Amino acid sequence: MENLQLVLPEIFLSLSIMFLLILGVFKKNSSRLVQSLSLAVLIVTAVITFNETIGINETKLFNNSIIIDYLSSLMKIITLLAAFLVLTISSNYLKTFQIFKIEYPILILSSVLGMMVMINSNDLIVFYMGLELQSLALYVLATFNRDEIKSSEAGLKYFVLSALSSGLLLYGCSLIYGFSGSTNFNVIADQLNSNEYVLTFGIVFILVGLAFKISAVPFHMWAPDVYEGSPTSVTLFFTMVPKIAALTVFIRFLYVPFLNLIDQWQMILIFLSIASMLFGAIAAIGQTNLKRLVAYSSIGHVGYALAGVAAGTNDGIQSSVIYITIYILMNLGLFSCLLMLKRDNNYYEKIDDLSGLSKNHPMLALSLLIILFSLAGIPPLAGFFAKFYVFKAVIEQSMYFLAIVGLLSTVVAAFYYLRLIKIMYFDEQKEKYDTDHGFWLKFSLTASTLLILIYFIFPSQLIEVVSRINII
Amino acid sequence: MNFPILSSLILLPSIGALFLFFTKSDKKNNFTGKYVALFTSAVNFFLSIYLWILFDPTTSEFQFVEERIWIKDLINYKVGVDGISILFILLTTFITPLCIVSVNNSIKERLSEFLIAVLIMESFMIGVFCSLDLVIFYLFFEAGLIPMFLIIGIWGGARRVYSAFKFFLYTLLGSVLMLVAIITIYWLNGTTDVVELYNSGIDIKYQNLLWLAFFSSFAVKTPMWPVHTWLPDAHVEAPTAGSVLLAAILLKMAGYGFIRFSLGLFPVASEIFTPLIYTLSVIAIIFTSFIALMQEDMKKLIAYSSVAHMGYVTLGIFTIQQQGIEGSIIQMISHGLVSAALFLCVGVVYDRMHSRLINTYGGIVSIIPKYSILFMLFTLAALGLPGTSGFVGEFLILMGAFKDNFLVAVIASLGVIIGAAYMLWLYKRVVFGKLINTDLKQMFDLNRSELFILSCLAVPTLFFGFYPDPLINTIEVSISDLIDQYNFKLASKT
Repeated sequence: MENLQLVLPEIFLSLSIMFLLILGVFKKNSSRLVQSLSLAVLIVTAVITFNETIGINETKLFNNSIIIDYLSSLMKIITLLAAFLVLTISSNYLKTFQIFKIEYPILILSSVLGMMVMINSNDLIVFYMGLELQSLALYVLATFNRDEIKSSEAGLKYFVLSALSSGLLLYGCSLIYGFSGSTNFNVIADQLNSNEYVLTFGIVFILVGLAFKISAVPFHMWAPDVYEGSPTSVTLFFTMVPKIAALTVFIRFLYVPFLNLIDQWQMILIFLSIASMLFGAIAAIGQTNLKRLVAYSSIGHVGYALAGVAAGTNDGIQSSVIYITIYILMNLGLFSCLLMLKRDNNYYEKIDDLSGLSKNHPMLALSLLIILFSLAGIPPLAGFFAKFYVFKAVIEQSMYFLAIVGLLSTVVAAFYYLRLIKIMYFDEQKEKYDTDHGFWLKFSLTASTLLILIYFIFPSQLIEVVSRINII
Repeated sequence: MNFPILSSLILLPSIGALFLFFTKSDKKNNFTGKYVALFTSAVNFFLSIYLWILFDPTTSEFQFVEERIWIKDLINYKVGVDGISILFILLTTFITPLCIVSVNNSIKERLSEFLIAVLIMESFMIGVFCSLDLVIFYLFFEAGLIPMFLIIGIWGGARRVYSAFKFFLYTLLGSVLMLVAIITIYWLNGTTDVVELYNSGIDIKYQNLLWLAFFSSFAVKTPMWPVHTWLPDAHVEAPTAGSVLLAAILLKMAGYGFIRFSLGLFPVASEIFTPLIYTLSVIAIIFTSFIALMQEDMKKLIAYSSVAHMGYVTLGIFTIQQQGIEGSIIQMISHGLVSAALFLCVGVVYDRMHSRLINTYGGIVSIIPKYSILFMLFTLAALGLPGTSGFVGEFLILMGAFKDNFLVAVIASLGVIIGAAYMLWLYKRVVFGKLINTDLKQMFDLNRSELFILSCLAVPTLFFGFYPDPLINTIEVSISDLIDQYNFKLASKT
């Protein structure tokens, strides 16, 4: 029990959630207070995580069911910061729809707690518990605008499909437990040599479940509908935060117990990656709704992140962590722009609503231009480096097919990013949008744009941060 | 020499652009904006002249080399020039200020954004020509797409959207394979430093595929037949200054890339694929010349003539003869000056009549004589009349080609005749003949800035036509060393 301070972030977060719930119930009109306190809780948790766990060596707690190492600490901090930014920039949106309620920040905190448990997990049961905690909170968040029929539909759809995938995942867990006699990752790894084939089935089922959570093709069907129907601020949360946790579990699950079965799962991952990259690029072309377009683009980006995981090396893992970090940054900027397309208490989310943006709002259009070129992976913006590291890791393993398909699909994807730029810059202008955005919205847009733009001047820093990730 | 002159050349236009960005921008400020841009690019030009003076042409070593750690343990920022690259830097810094002067007449709205795009473009292009690391090269090579896409798309003509997309996607598609090749080279040799790669050589097993990957990128950018179709569209729709940048400098990136990377890094593969290049070049020369002959749009005609001229360039490069490569470089410089001037000439009449169709014009020699004289000079330079820089380049290329492959050289020489035909016919139809269209009478002759720009381009065209020594002296040693290296590596099969 002397290592209890290592799980202090989780303990602190869960106590805060309970406290905030009670506060929200007993104090009337406390949504603003709860929101501010939640922000503080996220920051404090991030600080605690940084202080207590970032420097320590790999430690396992609670009968080896929880692992604290550099990867988990880093991913938790990224999750917390991403959640913090989501929460700050969503308040204006929520107020517009009069859904600025205490439940919103608390649900976000709960799902973050679930993700932290997922990231920490070194055991199938713990992992499943975290996964369900975050999913339950996400179902409710998707329906948060409950008077809107699309939002309810999104939540229901997400719930049904997610429950199905959880079932598959659980079935995979039970298969693995049945044949290895344990749910602990390390014990499974020790038992591995004898009965490989049966375990492969378990891996496949769990991968299906995880691919669903991270919306990789062919388990992506829910993403466009849910992203479109959910309130935009929740969509922002969906596209960023759960992916971090899911990616970590992907890495941990594949590399700790099943590294020896790499021949089996590498093919699956390559397939998921190629399918996601290609499908994301091609399907996005026909979209007219910005949120649906972002959904397809995020499917594509998940494909690139998985390509790094598929490489099967530390380099690959590091590159996919870099990828997801830069992706989050770009997505944050993109959604900040989306949340600025507001006129008379109405948010606009059709592609045509961007028309002529560069004439009415030159700075907003310029930021979006930089973000979109970065998403398309054009140098010297950050998105290029993200892809560069991933493909470097992939080519080092001589997986040329994956690299070439991936890079060709960036060309296809460039088409729809260019189309947005074309609409902003080459088309006729429409009415102006409001300009009185909150401080945090402007801050997150400016900060993410600048970071994307000047990343090429200091590319080493991010590499240094992730270079300490050492799984194998 | 501690002063980082090359980095200054790269950074200075960007700083100018940043400055322009912050001095926004009602109608009155456009004026100041233009002078800021002009000043920056002029300073850059004089800086590059200074670089040329300091440059030592008696060695083929890279000079003014700067090296800094960029991505730790992975890539170093490394720039330097040798005889091959320095002329392209000069060309870039020379053409950009002229482009900026020319916007006076053609760009009416969003002027300061246009100037920002042009300046950033200049930064990237200088970066391409002096980077000594493959990743840095790729970075600059690709980054140029962004400003060019915007230049075509925002300030272009009626079909600008189609052209901008075509330009962007074609070039991007070509380049991604080069990125795969660059990463593969890193994986094979543990470095992307060009100098080290020159010394160590690249595994012969991989050379063919790597060469093809680089080729896919350069062929699109050159552009070589059959992937040239983006060029006429881009040229026709781009504003005058954009066409000038595109023709004068962007196309040269690929020719430079062929010399620096295809010949330098993959000699064995280059030897194998020389017939391919010859075939494509000859087709480009003959076929696109015929296409040019039938064009009704002046800009399109010049665009196709660019494809033909670049055909000579690729032909000259892969002769692997001293004369051939020297001729290619001089041809590129000359084409940079001449095609820029021709596009500006088209721009001049377009600004007045808003038509690029040849049959709009005819008989304008008596109305705008100054224009007609300068236009004639550049027409003759484009068809390679002795006494213009175009002749020196074509002559050397054909000389190199005759040494290497008689048949190819004969066919390519025939291209010169068709070249003369379409250029002279263009000139005849536009300038001479009867004055039928009476609207033309309202045309006024060149104004001061137009006269200035065209004279600026005419002087080096004639000077290097009569006295190409300064150019040849600069590149001679570098090229002969490159060829020695090439033959040595070929003999030892690495």
